[in-house]
Amino acid sequence: MEINIQKRVLEANETEAQKNRNYFKEQNVFALNMMSSPGSGKTETLCKTLAKLMPQIRVGVIVGDICTTNDADRLEVTGAKVTQINTDQFGGDCHLAANLIFDSAKQIGLEDVDLLIVENIGNLVCPAEFDIGEDARVVVLSVTEGEDKPLKYPLMFRVADAAILNKVDLLPYLDFDAPLAVENMQKVHPHLPVFEISAKTEEGFGPWIEWLKIKVFEKTGR
Amino acid sequence: MHEMGIAEQLAQIAIDSIPKEIENPKVEKLNLKIGKLSSIVEHSLTFCFEIVSKGTPLENAHLDIESVPVKVQCASCKNAWEVTGPDFNCPHCKDGDVKMLTGREIEITSLELAE
Repeated sequence: MEINIQKRVLEANETEAQKNRNYFKEQNVFALNMMSSPGSGKTETLCKTLAKLMPQIRVGVIVGDICTTNDADRLEVTGAKVTQINTDQFGGDCHLAANLIFDSAKQIGLEDVDLLIVENIGNLVCPAEFDIGEDARVVVLSVTEGEDKPLKYPLMFRVADAAILNKVDLLPYLDFDAPLAVENMQKVHPHLPVFEISAKTEEGFGPWIEWLKIKVFEKTGR
Repeated sequence: MHEMGIAEQLAQIAIDSIPKEIENPKVEKLNLKIGKLSSIVEHSLTFCFEIVSKGTPLENAHLDIESVPVKVQCASCKNAWEVTGPDFNCPHCKDGDVKMLTGREIEITSLELAE
């Protein structure tokens, strides 16, 4: 006997993501999901980004890692409201699912937050599959990785609304072909905005900060 | 490796779909549709499903996976085509803003019970 089902397997996550979306809307908060492979410099990029946004834009950060509070400790110094999710309590998951975000957002308290940034777990595969109710997704690639990463992990670059190419201060010492990396990103995702920056030296931050400020303003009016 | 979470959701949906009046149900097959752009490794999913289905009516059920091609449509010229490599630029007008039509599915379409 065949039983017809026709259901999306991730429906439970999609329902939770919608709950987050409603909550962010109600609180007038712009939510950004930041993703990358481990070691691409997400945390350092965020530290420098927060310093340039605050106090005009009030920022909350949810940091996902399998273990440790190291990233949250680094981000807290900026004065932003930070909370850490360790997924080892949930089976060492490789991504943040929507239900974890809701509880953390409540914990931060979004009443005095304009921008909520979720620093996802370092992984170019799994986080791309899970909607967390965000308004935009940004993927960070660094020049110490391969130029062909976008071709190897197309879903991540397909779902991103913008990309950051980080650590460009290292380009003189590497064989990394930056124009080819950008070309590969835009092969997978035509017209994807790509910001070439160095979180260490802070070069190239202008266009990235401008893009983010416009996004926040478009949703929140602030 | 999020296939374990996917397998758990899959098992939950399948078990919830078995009519309550059936005594000692035994599922022989689950029919799935998985898009080629979804980040699911088929043998990882099968392996995880074997683990989560142990001791349930789904134990030893076969996962029949239909792979769904990646199809997109150009927002500018409305050309629709199947993407077979990592290049999503419109081959017709080269302009490129594309909308995904298929290829990201992770769906369970039906299950088959033993008579």
